Amino acid sequence: MTLLGRRTLLAGSGAIAFALTLAPASAQKKYDEGATDTEIKIGHTNPYSGNASAYGTIGKALDAYFKKVNDEGGINGRKINFISYDDGYSPPKTVEMVRKLVEEDKVLFVFQTLGTPPNTAIQKYLNAKKVPQLFVATGASKWGHYKDNPWTMGFQPDYVTESIIYAKHILANVKDPKIGVLMQNDDYGKDYYNGFKQGLGKDADKLIVSHVTYEVTDPTVDSQMIQLKNSGANVFFNITTPKFAAQAIKKAAEIGWKPAHYLNNVSASIGAVIKPAGFENAQDIITAYYIKDPTDPQFQNDKDMVEWKAFMQKYYPTGNLIDSSNAFAYAVSSLMHHVLKQCGDDLTRENVMRQAANVKNLQLPMVLDGIKVNTSPTDFYPLQSVRLARFKGEKWDLFGEILSNESSTQ
Amino acid sequence: MVTGLALLPLLGGKTGLISNYGFLQLSLMIVYAIAVLGLILLTGFNGQISLGHGAFFAVGAYTSAVLIDQASWPYWATLPVAAIVCFLVGYIFGMPALRLEGHYLALATFALAVAVPQFLKYRHFEWFTNGVQGINIFKPDPPFGMPLSADQWMYLIVLFVAVVMFWIARNLLDSRTGRAMMAIRDHSMAASTMGVNVAHYKTVVFGISALYTGVAGALHAIIFEFVAPDSFRFELSITILVGAVVGGIASLPGAVIGGIFVQVIEKYADALTKKLTAAVSLPIDLEPWTIYGIALILLMYIMPMGIAGGLAALWRKLRGS
Amino acid sequence: MEQLLQQVASGLANGAIYACLALALVMIYVSTDHINFAQGELSMFSAYLVWQVMQWGANFWVALPIVVLLSFLIGVLVERVILRPLHTAPVLSIVVVFIGLLAIFHSLAGAIWGHTIKDFPSPFPNIVFAGSGYIGPHQIGMILVTIVLLVALFSFFRFTPLGLAMRAAAQNPASARLAGIRVDWMLALGWGLAAAIGAVAGSLVAPAVYLEPNMMASILLYGFAGALVGGIASPGGAVAGGFIVGVLENLIAYFGNLLEKSTGVYVIGNGEKLTVALIIVITVLTLKPSGLFGHVTVKRV
Repeated sequence: MTLLGRRTLLAGSGAIAFALTLAPASAQKKYDEGATDTEIKIGHTNPYSGNASAYGTIGKALDAYFKKVNDEGGINGRKINFISYDDGYSPPKTVEMVRKLVEEDKVLFVFQTLGTPPNTAIQKYLNAKKVPQLFVATGASKWGHYKDNPWTMGFQPDYVTESIIYAKHILANVKDPKIGVLMQNDDYGKDYYNGFKQGLGKDADKLIVSHVTYEVTDPTVDSQMIQLKNSGANVFFNITTPKFAAQAIKKAAEIGWKPAHYLNNVSASIGAVIKPAGFENAQDIITAYYIKDPTDPQFQNDKDMVEWKAFMQKYYPTGNLIDSSNAFAYAVSSLMHHVLKQCGDDLTRENVMRQAANVKNLQLPMVLDGIKVNTSPTDFYPLQSVRLARFKGEKWDLFGEILSNESSTQ
Repeated sequence: MVTGLALLPLLGGKTGLISNYGFLQLSLMIVYAIAVLGLILLTGFNGQISLGHGAFFAVGAYTSAVLIDQASWPYWATLPVAAIVCFLVGYIFGMPALRLEGHYLALATFALAVAVPQFLKYRHFEWFTNGVQGINIFKPDPPFGMPLSADQWMYLIVLFVAVVMFWIARNLLDSRTGRAMMAIRDHSMAASTMGVNVAHYKTVVFGISALYTGVAGALHAIIFEFVAPDSFRFELSITILVGAVVGGIASLPGAVIGGIFVQVIEKYADALTKKLTAAVSLPIDLEPWTIYGIALILLMYIMPMGIAGGLAALWRKLRGS
Repeated sequence: MEQLLQQVASGLANGAIYACLALALVMIYVSTDHINFAQGELSMFSAYLVWQVMQWGANFWVALPIVVLLSFLIGVLVERVILRPLHTAPVLSIVVVFIGLLAIFHSLAGAIWGHTIKDFPSPFPNIVFAGSGYIGPHQIGMILVTIVLLVALFSFFRFTPLGLAMRAAAQNPASARLAGIRVDWMLALGWGLAAAIGAVAGSLVAPAVYLEPNMMASILLYGFAGALVGGIASPGGAVAGGFIVGVLENLIAYFGNLLEKSTGVYVIGNGEKLTVALIIVITVLTLKPSGLFGHVTVKRV
């Protein structure tokens, strides 16, 4: 098959999907740079240093996963060579490191680069070079725009989808909602907020009575919480990263503000957010759930969890077992594993992208049962569903159906 | 030597000795060298401290990016504008800075570095800064169908700008102005009694310093085709400061050494950390900053006057013995 | 009005955080004439040590003195081993060494204890009292401890021979040496004491903001601004400066919101409060360069 241009991909996407189901893997061996009979090179960048180094553990867990894969004989007989560099969460540094990966290390593709600004910075380069930028570690909604960026694909349920689900839940369940929003003042916060407004519909500006922001450099969000309480809001949408989420939950209790509290999935970890904030302060908070939280007692004897813990012990013994980033990494690398297996012996960049866009009903480990990966040439959003959960006692009580918002695809 | 450097693309392109990525690295070293030179002019030759030169770097980068993005200017035309804008910003900032010395100036510049990324996100500026999303621009292709890659062309541009700017800096320091600058650094009160207009020189030097670092920022934006508030966090100011001090604070070659140093150190720290982790099994996972910190302390230990200062001392010793 | 009071109270609580760190900065400055940019990370590291000792089963009031002592030793060690050979080095080289220390302590804390936030229990009893809706018991405790520290420091520098010797050693090492003061050890002592105060500061800040390696990164700027606006050489000024910065910041956001509500035009808000607070601080400093409570020093020619 000849190289597909952007336009042909667009026009012929249906046909390709059809062709793929007939011949998932060609018997002939085909390679692009970065793949040989014995090896597949995967590139990755992550902040191992600096203020975002909390996410460094994702890179280490991914590395551990591929070590496990190699110990088990590799993928279709090929070992994975996972090359990971420090990008310090700085967009220019990410560009530099990704260019090193592509031009010097000659990786087959780039996987799980972290953060919206760094990924935005490398997106154009990778798409121009036709190097897949797969399963990026950010929930911005723009990673699924397959028409503009056919070489880029997201992974997790995007922030917009998640917020729309909250918005719909509020409209259906809270009488006369007056909403207060606390938002981190960056791209991540904005994405959530825009999705939320979209979900509330045309009355959004009336329903949101207070919208306050914080900077990551703020020591606390106490002042913001006071502003929110005084706005008279009876619903609280909490778009914060873990430290600030814990502060907000605690402060709300301290000042006696008891709104219907919606907490973004980013900070749903029991071990890293809820427990430090105090279980008694977190009762009845609602969140959207898709990764099994290692610190949630309901999964203690879950098959995935037992398997994951054994993996952590053997391949990443210094890793933190309460950090759900490590569970997230396990899930996303399993998807990568699956896609590469599906590629068979056709390890061209084009085929990697094609197989990534051809995952059907895949249940990933550490992802909530029933939430499955589905992609197609016109659907570049692998995970799209969540379940709502309400915090009760010391665990998240899942309730309702699996929810998704199909409108977020193009 | 400059001719040699300018011929590199020809050599690299023909023989493949230097990859495009290699040219990117070289361009970045030069860009940082220009930025560091800005700080060296201010601190090394005029005695004013700044912990916030990343702010001027950001202003230069945004000026260039906004002009390319909003007004569709050609990239080269944005450089002089970035220079002028940064000079003005530096000059204006230099006026209150006149009344501040030492630690107070350190705080004021520190504050500037922290404030600029927030400023870029300010709601009423979003229409041209594009807020937290940043601005995407396009990297220039070599003109007239020259047989160069975009990286090689960019490298030539950066090199040309750097040569011009270093040449101007050298002439500036050799001139009356340069002597006045250094007199102020060494003893501002004495300089003032000798008829040097201290306030005038100090603000102008602040402007020039900001201009240098701002042009570096503009080049940086063009090289990376992207600017965002996250590209210019406070760490950038620290990087420039470290480059200036490690390179050699009162030395033009020091700026070049500093530029090279800040471009390579982080990568080596990362690589060394990985090697160490693989070689010795530690109960904890080392992070690159540990190695980086140790490297900085050791360097200052061995060469308190920076690498340029250390080399000069070594040279004197060798000649003396 | 209700909200204004709440914002002032919350500003005071934040101010106490800044004031604690500002005190440690003043300690180093008064005794060594340097501003220690690694002070925040040192405090954070000490707070982790307290947490660790508590994890091993000790009570906070047992853990704290142990760690204060330990931090004192770390401080002395840092001065003797790392800074002493650099006594003659230019100021900026020392700044780079501080940046190096900052990077080392930051990354070590992350490597040893991980990056997820840790709950650091407040050492003060959680009682409900009149006005506890405005300001929590921990915040009150923090303010009280800061004031106790302040009084202790003030008396130390003002009334004890050792304190006087330290000040002399920092301000004029040559004359101090002639007067028989062992300048080297005074500097080491200054570092030790600053690290000890930093340990207390860290342990007080941690319950309010949660323990994690970035805990002090931004607080350093506030502490620095507070110390300078109050007068970096005066412990009392630094504490007052810390409180001023804390309250100022909240008031800016409060009045910004008020303005938006009444006129419908957004001028400043939470996003700009730090910037505006810093502009005010710097303006004050240009008008009164030795800080609000500092003494004017006459330049020697």
